[in-house]
Amino acid sequence: MEGPESAMAVVAGLRTPENVTCVLPRGTMFARGLKRKCWDGDEDVEGAPAAPSYSLQRQSLLDMSLVKLQLCHTLVEPNLCRSVLIANTVRQIQEEMTQDGAWQLPAPPVAGRGPLDHLVSTEILCRAAWEQQGQRPAPDLPSELPGALGAPAPGSAQSCIWEADSSRGHRGSFPKSLDQIFETLESRAPSPVEGLFADAGGPYYDLDAVLTGMVGGKSGPGGGDGLQALAPAGAPPPSASCKRDLGELDHVVEILVET
Amino acid sequence: MAGAGGGGCPAGGNDLQWCFSQVKGAVDEDVAEADIISTVEFNYSGDLLATGDKGGRVVIFQREQENKSRPHSRGEYNVYSTFQSHEPEFDYLKSLEIEEKINKIRWLPQQNAAHFLLSTNDKTIKLWKISERDKRAEGYNLKDEDGRLRDPFRITALRVPILKPMDLMVEASPRRIFANAHTYHINSISVNSDHETYLSADDLRINLWHLEITDRSFNIVDIKPANMEELTEVITAAELHPLQCNVFVYSSSKGTVRLCDMRASALCDRHAKFFEEPEDPSSRSFFSEIISSISDVKFSHSGRYMMTRDYLSVKVWDLNMESRPVETHQVHEYLRGKLCSLYENDCVFDKFECCWNGPDSAIMTGSYNNFFRMFDRNTRRDVTLEASRESSRPRASLKPRRVCPGGRRKKDEISVDSLDFNKKILHTAWHPADNVIAVAATNNLYIFQDKVN
Repeated sequence: MEGPESAMAVVAGLRTPENVTCVLPRGTMFARGLKRKCWDGDEDVEGAPAAPSYSLQRQSLLDMSLVKLQLCHTLVEPNLCRSVLIANTVRQIQEEMTQDGAWQLPAPPVAGRGPLDHLVSTEILCRAAWEQQGQRPAPDLPSELPGALGAPAPGSAQSCIWEADSSRGHRGSFPKSLDQIFETLESRAPSPVEGLFADAGGPYYDLDAVLTGMVGGKSGPGGGDGLQALAPAGAPPPSASCKRDLGELDHVVEILVET
Repeated sequence: MAGAGGGGCPAGGNDLQWCFSQVKGAVDEDVAEADIISTVEFNYSGDLLATGDKGGRVVIFQREQENKSRPHSRGEYNVYSTFQSHEPEFDYLKSLEIEEKINKIRWLPQQNAAHFLLSTNDKTIKLWKISERDKRAEGYNLKDEDGRLRDPFRITALRVPILKPMDLMVEASPRRIFANAHTYHINSISVNSDHETYLSADDLRINLWHLEITDRSFNIVDIKPANMEELTEVITAAELHPLQCNVFVYSSSKGTVRLCDMRASALCDRHAKFFEEPEDPSSRSFFSEIISSISDVKFSHSGRYMMTRDYLSVKVWDLNMESRPVETHQVHEYLRGKLCSLYENDCVFDKFECCWNGPDSAIMTGSYNNFFRMFDRNTRRDVTLEASRESSRPRASLKPRRVCPGGRRKKDEISVDSLDFNKKILHTAWHPADNVIAVAATNNLYIFQDKVN
């Protein structure tokens, strides 16, 4: 397995946006069912201009996809469709690699921090923009991972709501995260993708319920037949949108305080 | 089945020749992000053409009445109204900005002198009323011409105010604001044929609204899994049937379209029809799902067909046949070999729209390098045209373009590697009755017409 340096090189090599010409020859475009070299663990590229092996191509696609998933530090919410499509691509590659036996699961987490640490890093990177919203610790993560959980202390959640610029302050942690990205690539942590949407379910789900007004034990998508489906969506309507924002704010602060 | 590639022949029925008519927008190379056009839409009569941009502004153009003394200015579009529809907002809960970019504009059918349209950003839909004022009243009793109140003791006689003409003023005012119903980003709005309701769709849910009621909406589709880790598919577009007010369709990121009947149940989680073309196993790759993701779905005006746009093709479906489309048109098949690069630079996630002409005999969609493609369904011919300032002399005919997929490049052909992937035509619109088209090229709006003989 190539080390982090070559993974970086492959990813870096693909990253020039002006380079429209596909790095990988057209005939070898990851088509399944095409005859390909037996994966033998030898990843030497056979001469600089020659076609990289299928495995190398697949690996670089996986690496590129992981980078894409993790670089979602934006001020605006990342595009969900794009994230889902990339995550599905990663899953497909992982499945195929598992079938090939190319997917090496890391040793069981006896050593404690290792793989979990990487899982957490991935989550953190994708949550960076929303991590201010109530530092509810995920219940299944051991509590002694303060480093990975990063700078924002729970107490700052409240202040973040009031300071529009707080999200910018956390950008400073980004360069550190790059190391975490490549750590992840190196160890091939299983399904970092699983962590991607995990947190979106947690606090989001409650906020979701609040914002769309569908609270009160609604049993989920299928259960809303009849009158429940006609439940009013949207917070109770104050006259000005300013009042509405403050109303939501109060509601949210209540939730944060209660949990 | 229509063939691939450009045939150099005009499309749009009866050997149409497309000509440049107008271009709107700044000329300089430096494009301000806020000026990038994000939606284009003709109204029901075609007299009004609305554009929305990333800065949250709406600009409406009106077609000039044909003037006998100037026969060549055959219905030019000039600015009618400009207003700021949406402002940037900040979501304090998530510490994220809510973009003011206008994702979609949909006109309401005209019912009186005023015009109404719906415009939406990622989270909020607004109903705008655009009305004209060309008279004002003079001669009030209680106030004088400056607006100051007159001293009641000085009023000795009563008079009837008189209406006097004034310069035409076009006013846009927000009449309804439909907010707080979408957790995810709104990608579509669609006005119902009952003229009373409309739907809005985000990545995971579709809501049905009544135009008069802003404090509640009905959730009619919800594909959010109980556990978000299981999310593998999102809604990409939705539209109501043009004639049957109980029918709508929504497309997904997996290349499927579901048709739902609102009479069946309040929550339309079970589809009435499911449209999916079986995958061709020989062309399967890791990019198969991404390029099958549908970016736009449009019913034909007749309501009998619908069209879907995925990354490389446009497909026409007969609503009575779910197993496969009746037509498939290749938009830029030469990009199939470049998918890796296009994935790397995110172009593969570009959302191209598509549109029908009035009689449903032709369809149009955009591509890269400011190219757009038109397919004539009757003659099976297609053409590639370019929206550029170079061919922007009045009534200049547009020359068909050809892209050379590889190998030897013929004269006048453009090689795939020379295409500018930053010049994308995502939004196009076709006049509901005439052969007039509007093409948005980044921050410029091009209007083309067929040649008047």
